Amino acid sequence: MAPSSTSSEGASDEWLPPSRRPELADVVPVTQDDGPHPVVAIAYRDEFREVMDYFRALYFAGERSVRALHLTAEVIDLNPGNYTVWHFRRLVLEALDADLREEMDFVDRIAECNPKNYQIWHHKRWLAEKLGPDIANKEHEFTRKILSMDAKNYHAWSHRQWVLQALGGWETELQYCNQLLEEDVFNNSAWNQRYLVITSSPLLGGLAAMRDSEVDYTVGAILANPQNESPWRYLKGLYKGENNLLMADERISDVCLKVLKHDSTCVFALSLLLDLLQIGLQPSDELKGTIEAIKNSDPEADEAVDADLATAICSILQRCDPLRINYWSWYRTTISSQT
Amino acid sequence: MDSPSQPSPPPPAAAAEGGPAADGQAAELPRLTVTQVEQMKVEAKVGEIYRVLFGNAPNANSLMLELWREQHVEYLTRGLKHLGPSFHVLDANRPWLCYWIIHALALLDEIPDDVEDDIVDFLSRCQDKDGGYGGGPGQLPHLATTYAAVNTLVTIGSERALSSVNRDNLYKFMLRMKDTSGAFRMHDGGEIDVRASYTAISVASLVNILDGELAKGVGNYITRCQTYEGGIAGEPYAEAHGGYTFCGLATMILLNEVDKLDLASLIGWVAFRQGVECGFQGRTNKLVDGCYSFWQGAALALTQKLMTVVDEQLKSSYSSKRPPGDDACGTSSSTEAAYYAKFGFDFIEKSNQIGPLFHNIALQQYILLCAQVLDGGLRDKPGKNRDHYHSCYCLSGLSVSQYSAMVDSDACPLPQHVLGPYSNLLEPIHPLYNVVLDKYHTAYEFFSS
Ligand SMILES: [Zn+2]
Repeated sequence: MAPSSTSSEGASDEWLPPSRRPELADVVPVTQDDGPHPVVAIAYRDEFREVMDYFRALYFAGERSVRALHLTAEVIDLNPGNYTVWHFRRLVLEALDADLREEMDFVDRIAECNPKNYQIWHHKRWLAEKLGPDIANKEHEFTRKILSMDAKNYHAWSHRQWVLQALGGWETELQYCNQLLEEDVFNNSAWNQRYLVITSSPLLGGLAAMRDSEVDYTVGAILANPQNESPWRYLKGLYKGENNLLMADERISDVCLKVLKHDSTCVFALSLLLDLLQIGLQPSDELKGTIEAIKNSDPEADEAVDADLATAICSILQRCDPLRINYWSWYRTTISSQT
Repeated sequence: MDSPSQPSPPPPAAAAEGGPAADGQAAELPRLTVTQVEQMKVEAKVGEIYRVLFGNAPNANSLMLELWREQHVEYLTRGLKHLGPSFHVLDANRPWLCYWIIHALALLDEIPDDVEDDIVDFLSRCQDKDGGYGGGPGQLPHLATTYAAVNTLVTIGSERALSSVNRDNLYKFMLRMKDTSGAFRMHDGGEIDVRASYTAISVASLVNILDGELAKGVGNYITRCQTYEGGIAGEPYAEAHGGYTFCGLATMILLNEVDKLDLASLIGWVAFRQGVECGFQGRTNKLVDGCYSFWQGAALALTQKLMTVVDEQLKSSYSSKRPPGDDACGTSSSTEAAYYAKFGFDFIEKSNQIGPLFHNIALQQYILLCAQVLDGGLRDKPGKNRDHYHSCYCLSGLSVSQYSAMVDSDACPLPQHVLGPYSNLLEPIHPLYNVVLDKYHTAYEFFSS
C-alpha cells in the first residue's frame, strides 16, 4: 500500500515537538555543525531547530521511511527553500512508491502560499513528468489559478510552458493569451506566451502560417496603446530572422507613421522605423516627409543637415528620449559605419 | 581617460510626468490595467523624492546625494554576526548571505579583518566532501551557493581562503551537474536554467578549472534562451529577464562564444529597460527595481568591450536575412584548460570601446535617492524594506555606473562621472564575476600558478 504523503495525521492536534513523539524515540537528533565562531548565524526558533535536528539525523542516515516522509513535509513547511529536503523527499517518495497524485496536491497547497520559490516548481515538474499527459490539464488549471493572482509570475509561466511542450494541452492556449491581454494588454508575459503558442503550437501551423493574422492583431494593440512597448517588440519578433519579409510588409511602416501622426515623439515608432531603414527599407515619400516635419517642428533642433534619414531619426531620438541619449548616440555611429 | 559622450541627468520632471501610464493616452482608456496602476504608483513615489531634491538649494543636493557609508557598513557588519529568527527562510542560502554582505563591504572597502577566518571556517563546513558548496553545513552541494561561497573566498583573498577550495572535487561536482544537453543543473536532480550555467562557468573560470568538457554545449543552450525581445530568458521560450540576460551574456563571454548571441538586439532590449524612474526594470512593462542596476547595468557595461563583435554582426545582418546568432558556429575547438583560463582575464584588460550605453548618472540618482535606507542598507524601491541581496546588487550597480564612463576598467572616474560627493566612489569590480577587481587579480594569480 502506498503511504500518505501528508504530514502527521490529525493536523488539528496541538503540535508535538519531535523529541516527544513515540515514532521518533529511537532517533538521535543531529545538531548543525556551525563551528565555534559561526557567521551569518540565524537565531532559529526552538521549533525550527528541533525539527531540523531530527531531519538531519534521518537524512544523514539515508532513511527512506514513512516517518522520514512526514518529517520532510514539516521541514518544507518551515522553509520551502530548503532544496536538500525536497531532494531527499523525492528519494523517499521513490523508495516508498508513494501516490504521486497525492504528492501533487501536497505541493500545490505549498505553492499557493509560496508561488515564487524555485524548489516547489521544480518538484511539480518532476511529478508532472512522472504522471504524464493525464496531468496536463490539471497543471494548466493550477498555473491559471496562480497567474490569476500574479499574471507575471515567472515560475508559473515557465512551468506552464514546460507542461505544454512536454505533456500538451495547447487547445485553449491562444484563447487564454487573448483573455489575459484583454485584461491587461501591458502584460508582457502574456505576449511572450503568445509568441510560444504562435511559433510552437502543433495545432496552429507555426509562425509562417500565423504571421499575417498576428501582425493585424498586434497593429491593433499598438494603435490602441502606442506607449505600450510589448506589442512593438512582439511585432518585430514576428519577423525574427526574416528582414526581407519585415521590410516588405507595408503594415509595419504604416503603423509607425500612423502613430507618429498623433504623437510625433513616440520612441517605439521612431525606433522601429530606424530599424527598418537599417535593414535596407527604401523610404517612401510619406516617410521622408513625416520625419522632415518632426525635425522641423522642434525649434531646438540643430541646423546641421543630417546625412540621411536614419541619422535624422537618431537626432530626433537623442532629443526626445534623453534617458537613452547614450544609446542613440552609439546607434548613430553604427549607421555611418554601414555606409 | 574620459569617454566621448557624458550626458547630464535627465530633467527632474521626467519621473513626475509623462511615462507610459500617466499621460493623456491612459485617460482615454475605458479603464487602467493592473500594469498601468502599479506603474503610476511607483512613478508618483519616485517623482515625489526627485521633486524634493530638485526643489532644494543647490548645496542641499550634494547632501542628499551622499552615499551613507557608515550606516551601510553598520547594517552589513551586523548581519554578518547575527540574523534574527525571520531569516530562517534563508537557511539554505547562507553562503549567499556571506557573499552579499562581504562583497558589499568590499565595494565600500570596509571588510572587517576580524571575521575573515571565521568565514573561511564556516564555508569549509558548507563544502561537500565530494565537491561544491551547499546552502549550510551538511546540505547538498548546489551550484548557486558554490558561486556565492567561491566569490566570498575570493573577496576575502587570503592564502587560507583561496586554498580552502577543493578544486579537484569541485571539477568533479560540476561534471556531475552537467545535463546531456550540455546545460547545468543546480544540484543533483535539480533544475536546469541559465543561472545554473552561469554560476558553474563563472566559478570554473575563476578558479581555473574550466575546460572543453565543462564548456561543451553550454553556449548552444544559452543561445536558445535569447528571446524575440532581445534579452535572455531562464529557459528556452521563457520571458526575457534582466538577471538571466546578465548571466547568459557573461557566460558566453567566459566561453568565448559571445558571437553566437544577437548582440545588437540584446543591447537594444537592455537599454530600453531603464525607465523614467531612472533605475532599471527586470522585464518589459515591469516595475523598476534597484537590483537590476547591476543585472542590466553590468550587462550593458560588458557590451562596451564587445563593439568589434557587434560591428561584425551588424555588417553581416544588414546584408543577409538571417540574424547573426544563427550562422555563428563554435570555432573554439580547443579543449585545453589554459585556453579557457584567460578569457575572463583578457576581457578585463580590454578597453571600453565606447562610452556607457545606459544613463550612468541617472542610474546613480535612482540608487542614491530611491534605494538607500536611512538606517543603512539598500532596497528594491521606495516603500520596500532593505535586505542584504538588494544592498549587494544596488552597490554593485552603483560601482558599475561610476566606472562605466572610463576607457580602462580600473581607471579612476572623473568627478563628473560620480554623482554626489566624490567620496561616494566605490571599488571597481570585475563585471563578469562581480567580485572587486583587485581581489580578482589576487585570485587569478593564485589559481593560475
Ligand atoms: Zn530586486
